[in-house]
Amino acid sequence: MKQTSFFRRIRDSRLFWPLAAWFIILAFNAIVMPDFFKVDIMDDPVYGKHFYGNIIDIFNNGAPLILVSIGMTLVIATGGVDLSVGAVIAISAAMGTVLINPALGNELIENRILTENTTRTPLPIIILADLAAGAACGLWNGLLVSRAKIQPMVATLILMVAGRGIAQLITNGQIMTIYYTPYFWFGNGYILYLPVSIYIVAVVCIIAWLLVRKTSIGLFTESVGTNATATYYSGINEKNVKLLAYTFCGICAAIAGLIFSSYVHSADGNNNGLYYELDAILAVVIGGTLMSGGRFSILASVVGAVIIWTFTVTVYSLGVPGQALLAAKAVLVMLVILLYSDYSRRLISRLFERKGSKHEAAS
Amino acid sequence: MVEANKEIVTMKGIYKSFLSVQALEDVDFTLNLGEIHALVGENGAGKSTLIKVLTGVEQPDAGVVMINQQKMTIRSPQHAQEIGISTVYQETNLCPDLSVAENILIGREPMKWGLVIDRKAMNDNARQILQELGVDLDVTQTLGECSVAIQQMAAIARALEISSVKVLVLDEPTSSLDMSEVDQLFQVIRKLRESGVGIIFITHFLDQVFEVSDRITVLRNGRLVGTYETTSLARLELIQKMIGRSLAAYDNMTQTKLESSQHIESEALLEAKEVGLAGSVEPFDLDLHAGEVVGLAGLLGSGRTEIARLLFGIDKPDKGVITMDGEVIKNYSPLDSIMRGIALCPEDRKAQGIVGELTVRENIILAMQADLGWFKYLGMKKQYEIAEEYIKLLNIVTPSADQPVKNLSGGNQQKVILARWLATNPRLLILDEPTRGIDVGAKAEIQKLVLLLAEEGKSCVFISSELDEVMRTSHRIVVLRDKEKTAEFSGDVDEPTIMHAIGGSE
Ligand SMILES: Nc1ncnc2c1ncn2[C@@H]1O[C@H](COP(=O)(O)OP(=O)(O)OP(=O)(O)O)[C@@H](O)[C@H]1O
Ligand SMILES: [Mg+2]
Repeated sequence: MKQTSFFRRIRDSRLFWPLAAWFIILAFNAIVMPDFFKVDIMDDPVYGKHFYGNIIDIFNNGAPLILVSIGMTLVIATGGVDLSVGAVIAISAAMGTVLINPALGNELIENRILTENTTRTPLPIIILADLAAGAACGLWNGLLVSRAKIQPMVATLILMVAGRGIAQLITNGQIMTIYYTPYFWFGNGYILYLPVSIYIVAVVCIIAWLLVRKTSIGLFTESVGTNATATYYSGINEKNVKLLAYTFCGICAAIAGLIFSSYVHSADGNNNGLYYELDAILAVVIGGTLMSGGRFSILASVVGAVIIWTFTVTVYSLGVPGQALLAAKAVLVMLVILLYSDYSRRLISRLFERKGSKHEAAS
Repeated sequence: MVEANKEIVTMKGIYKSFLSVQALEDVDFTLNLGEIHALVGENGAGKSTLIKVLTGVEQPDAGVVMINQQKMTIRSPQHAQEIGISTVYQETNLCPDLSVAENILIGREPMKWGLVIDRKAMNDNARQILQELGVDLDVTQTLGECSVAIQQMAAIARALEISSVKVLVLDEPTSSLDMSEVDQLFQVIRKLRESGVGIIFITHFLDQVFEVSDRITVLRNGRLVGTYETTSLARLELIQKMIGRSLAAYDNMTQTKLESSQHIESEALLEAKEVGLAGSVEPFDLDLHAGEVVGLAGLLGSGRTEIARLLFGIDKPDKGVITMDGEVIKNYSPLDSIMRGIALCPEDRKAQGIVGELTVRENIILAMQADLGWFKYLGMKKQYEIAEEYIKLLNIVTPSADQPVKNLSGGNQQKVILARWLATNPRLLILDEPTRGIDVGAKAEIQKLVLLLAEEGKSCVFISSELDEVMRTSHRIVVLRDKEKTAEFSGDVDEPTIMHAIGGSE
């Protein structure tokens, strides 16, 4: 029975719903703001020629969220959740800036620091330190969840709260400003007219996909999320599967933090990555992964994150004031919940089925 | 008995399909008040689906459901309950984290001052219902920690508790009960029949069908074969109606068994010496040989499953040593056991067996993949090959290898779990109730398969509540009672001797 109808294959694909939702928003934009899709070429004195426009912005500004959503997908697929990603973004950002800034946070900020293009630590080491910090945070979460058997929501809450404190300790409670152009490149540079962050996202996405679909990690993750006991009985070390998911998520958040601080030339322990955990969870849910775990699709979560940013950019482009953004987002959340509820799924499913069977009858 | 023989349920021309599967096709079914009506058929014949249509879990694509001669649309299981249909589903959906009493009385807890749950009354009440079923246990313990049998009893108790019940539906309620518990259950449902309740009873145990039912309805491949008076039907006739051909009986099982007993290795593959775990099973000796099937017999809770868990490394013994290939086993975990060549097909299909969201293919290769590790991922082509091989070998009824296993019928899910463990190609195969929920034809096939595997040089441990099944397949039988190994029989023994050992000295 390989020849399932084309129609059904599309509908059953995990990407169908997220993509459909994205196209609806894009179609809305196309009608209301024909200019929305305009892409210009801009010549930047520092970073060279590049594309410029809303669509580029969505991907460039959305890169940190997309990265975090990729990590969050794995965690949610195991049946958990990671509330600490926002805090890990802050830690990573603080780490990066403190290693660059010779003031290390305790010396008086001199003018020199803000004008001299310099770093205290070589760039590769900064990147490694960032990633290591993220991995350590993830490992901590993973150990709490898998070994100490603390519920994921509670376990990651610890770092969610403590993490911002750690970030502030690192920067000595200040908002760290940096001036080191090679570091800025991650958030502001361009390769072949496109933002560097898009390439970073692509690379992480490909690595995650390879990890998940070309090894048995994806299968094990889905199995753990669906039935942990049966998975254990089948000889899979479900603890290590969870550990890996949280660690990977921590690393993703660290990369997001790096791009973040690079983008705004500073680190602010209090505000970097604020509410990112919630947006990432929403992105994963839009991507069709159940909060209870099981089946997941990384690409669908990526689309989910893109939807959130498309929505945000749309709201801004419509001239809605920033304060109202949260209210607008609430509408998005409500729509998602409605659209994804069992009831409406079944309804639409039935609608499709009827069409599907007609197709079959005709063919 | 005023109302007896009045039709309470009438189902006419029921159709139900799931995407590519036609589960029910033009099925008629009637149930009278005061009768026990058995519903039988092979795995995947559509029995559970028919029940789900009657109880509002699924809506029929076509057809009429009448209750008390009145056309009804049963919207939901809750609605069914309101109109007096009480159901025990095949996959018990209880809450493993709640206590036994809470599970039985959930939603109907007795209240104190109309505000708080009266725990004492609730526990007393639950205990009483269970006692009627002949089960005596601490109703405050968490359900998830109880054996499958107790869970099944709790589900039945829950269905019986509803006072205004007119129709009682039992979907394979006896699949993990032992004889005495089945007797108790039958007493209770006979009593209910006397009081005018109509009972639908699904089972694969034909003995039970003949023992308790008044009428029998047979389904095959989603179609109605017919409804018969139990007294007018012979056992072989019934089997023929179910599987559409006559069963080549248990033909030469004894012969095969005798022949295969020639191949038993004298050297032990695995040896347990004084192995025990406090609170689980008393110290026991056991040696398992390549080419031999060892049956574990005993009542529920006698320690059969506990031994299986120790051998497979789910529990770690606190006394004694287990040696395999002459080496003392130090690391206990399922993965270590799999790498050693041990497989355990666990007792509790739903909790320990199937991974519902995953496909049949993924479920079959799961343990094999665990053995291979994280980075040696089986290629898709290979995965399909393995899955197709076992689908064919075990006759698993599924539209394709890509079907989520939760959509399969209960018996076919069981076969998928069996396939998962056969695929690891173990040297020692431990089967804990492997034929639970499996139809007559397939049961004989599996028993034969076990003997065949032994002949190929595997060592098998066969656990079952059905004594005759254990006797048919095992070269040697170990009897357990009250968590203790009490006897071991090899060669020719008769049933009474073993029964005696199982039951104790009375
Ligand atoms: N939700 C579902 N989606 C797809 N197919 C289904 C679903 N539920 C049942 N089926 C299919 O319908 C058929 C009938 O299943 P059903 O559960 O009624 O069998 P059964 O007679 O109860 O078998 P068993 O004795 O194994 O319990 C099976 O082939 C099964 O795979
Ligand atoms: Mg069934």
